Amino acid sequence: MNWNRLRAMARKEMIQIRRDARSIGIVIAMPIVMLLAFGYGVSFDTKHIPVYVYDREQSQASRDFLKRFQSSRYFNVVRSVGNYPELVHAVDAGTCQIGIVIPPDFSARLGSGQAVRIQAIFDGTDSNSASLGMSYTEAVAQAHSAKLQLEWLRARGQGSVRAPLSVDSRTWFNENLESMVTIVPGVVAMVMAVVGTFLTSLTVAREWERGTMEQLISTPVTPLEIMLGKLLPYVAIGLIDTSVCAIMAVWWFEVPFRGHIWVFLLSTTLFLTVVLSLGYFFSVVAKTQLAASQISLIATFLPAFLLSGFVYPIDQMPAVVQGITHIVPARYYMAILRNVFLKGSSVFNMWPDFFGLALFAAILGLAATRIFRKKLT
Amino acid sequence: MGADDFTIELDGLTKSFPDVRAVDRLSFKVARGEIFGLVGPDGAGKTTTMRMLAGVLAPDAGSARVAGYDMTRDPEGAKQHISYMPQRFGLYEELTVDENIRFYADLFGVARAERETRAAELLQAAGMVEFRSRLAGKLSGGMKQKLGLVCALVHTPEVILLDEPTNGVDPVSRRDFWRILYTLLDQGVTILTSTAYLDEAERCHRVALLHEGRMLFCDTPENLKGNLDGAVVSVVCAEPRPVKELISGMEGISTMMIVGDGLHLVVREPGRMIPELRARIAAAGLEVDSVEEVAPSIEDLFVEAVQKKKGEKP
Repeated sequence: MNWNRLRAMARKEMIQIRRDARSIGIVIAMPIVMLLAFGYGVSFDTKHIPVYVYDREQSQASRDFLKRFQSSRYFNVVRSVGNYPELVHAVDAGTCQIGIVIPPDFSARLGSGQAVRIQAIFDGTDSNSASLGMSYTEAVAQAHSAKLQLEWLRARGQGSVRAPLSVDSRTWFNENLESMVTIVPGVVAMVMAVVGTFLTSLTVAREWERGTMEQLISTPVTPLEIMLGKLLPYVAIGLIDTSVCAIMAVWWFEVPFRGHIWVFLLSTTLFLTVVLSLGYFFSVVAKTQLAASQISLIATFLPAFLLSGFVYPIDQMPAVVQGITHIVPARYYMAILRNVFLKGSSVFNMWPDFFGLALFAAILGLAATRIFRKKLT
Repeated sequence: MGADDFTIELDGLTKSFPDVRAVDRLSFKVARGEIFGLVGPDGAGKTTTMRMLAGVLAPDAGSARVAGYDMTRDPEGAKQHISYMPQRFGLYEELTVDENIRFYADLFGVARAERETRAAELLQAAGMVEFRSRLAGKLSGGMKQKLGLVCALVHTPEVILLDEPTNGVDPVSRRDFWRILYTLLDQGVTILTSTAYLDEAERCHRVALLHEGRMLFCDTPENLKGNLDGAVVSVVCAEPRPVKELISGMEGISTMMIVGDGLHLVVREPGRMIPELRARIAAAGLEVDSVEEVAPSIEDLFVEAVQKKKGEKP
């Protein structure tokens, strides 16, 4: 290893990145665009479900009940309609996902102590939203029942009535249970998996395509110097990119960052070693920029999206699939980032994930030093 | 001459690709301070030979020694002493002239002061001083080739390998190119060049004619021309094919070859043949601009040599 040759390779690579508009685009724009797209585009929250109501009674009691829907952030009472066909039409047309019908004898039955049946119609085409809407609706109805029951008991002179059981919930680490808070650190991991591999997948293939490789391998430069010279600038760029993503996560998406910055940087450096080596590997094997970039997108995007725990929780997956997730390096980085952001975990808390990441960094890093041959074929 | 006086030695060098034997048991030696030319048509094996000598392609069989290094056992050791200029422009278009020079100087471990003096000299000789901060991608074809040469020479090589270095280069740049090469020869550098330009082949001390991976002849250009049995007659005409058909049966013509401006013939007695040819062509009513004896070129020698080989092995 000759330090001057390594420095010459790295400097040349930096100049090329700086002067190539496409490289600049990948380096600067791609992470930010992906972070915004995924940060906003992927949301598992069901909020503001559009609701139509058909209040057949129009009494004080029925309006009290419907007010509960209005005040909940999960519902958005769009309209009150005057007949049943109009409600059916709204569900058919998709302008509302829930239709609620209050019977004409609502207050009469309440007054006489009889059970009131409220009709709720759900659009089941999105089963996830429908089941969430159903449980929210039931919760609203139950809360209102409990309130009515207490009032009824008080009216009968039972001064201090308490509900027999209540759950006092507190969600740690993500107090408002907002999916964005868990998604955004995951997006950072995903963006770096894709961008990191993509960045280096072009470097070696470009030299083969443009004919510069033949001249390069006729010099005394060693394969290790070529590899390190090509990867080191991208490690620096990758660290900057990840930091920009993290800053955007905190300031733009308001995700808390509770961990230590060095835990973040350590895990990021390990992960960059993994993805940059992988991209380099593809680049050496594929020899054309198009093939290398396509392989790297397929090999990183889908596993990072589906098998890292980003969309589907790993512990909910079938056992075989859970086993497969262990060979997806993004899985470890994703877990570490979520914990660093939300829990403020230490390396010690997360040692299995750090171990997995370090193992992949070592294997792929070593493989990358061996793959390149200073020969034409 | 002792063994050390040869800086390039090939012995039975062979390389096959799936569909073709590109280089077939090639052997020759090039002495220190010599400029040696490889001549032959496309597919003759010139580039494959150059690549094996540059250590960027592994031979299948045979051996090659360059600058004292065995190219199969220690190609990396030899690279410090070789300058190789591939046929295709191999520099970085996003880097400026100076940045490319610095990059190659650093790879060869050239100290800064040395790099600066050498780069200044070479750029001066190449007529490129005012282009130092221009991007390599914005240079003309001739400038690119000269920059390739400057980068290849910024360290002090013992052996220079040039694969069709002046292909597509303007005459002024070609002259600069050769001037630089001759200066280096005076300093004891060995140059192996392949070329498609016959006037360039004639500037070499010795040339080897390659055909289908094999060497047909290897000698000085003068001796090779002396080997030619007879003289070359050029028939300048727009439509060479009917002329070729017409005269193909005539006695005393050993070789016929269609060239850019007509037909080249190798004949025993030009004094007798030229009037005969003129008469025969005129009688047939074919139009030609001239029928004259010309100085033989390497290409004529080449075709003649290939014909002879065919005659020897029917």
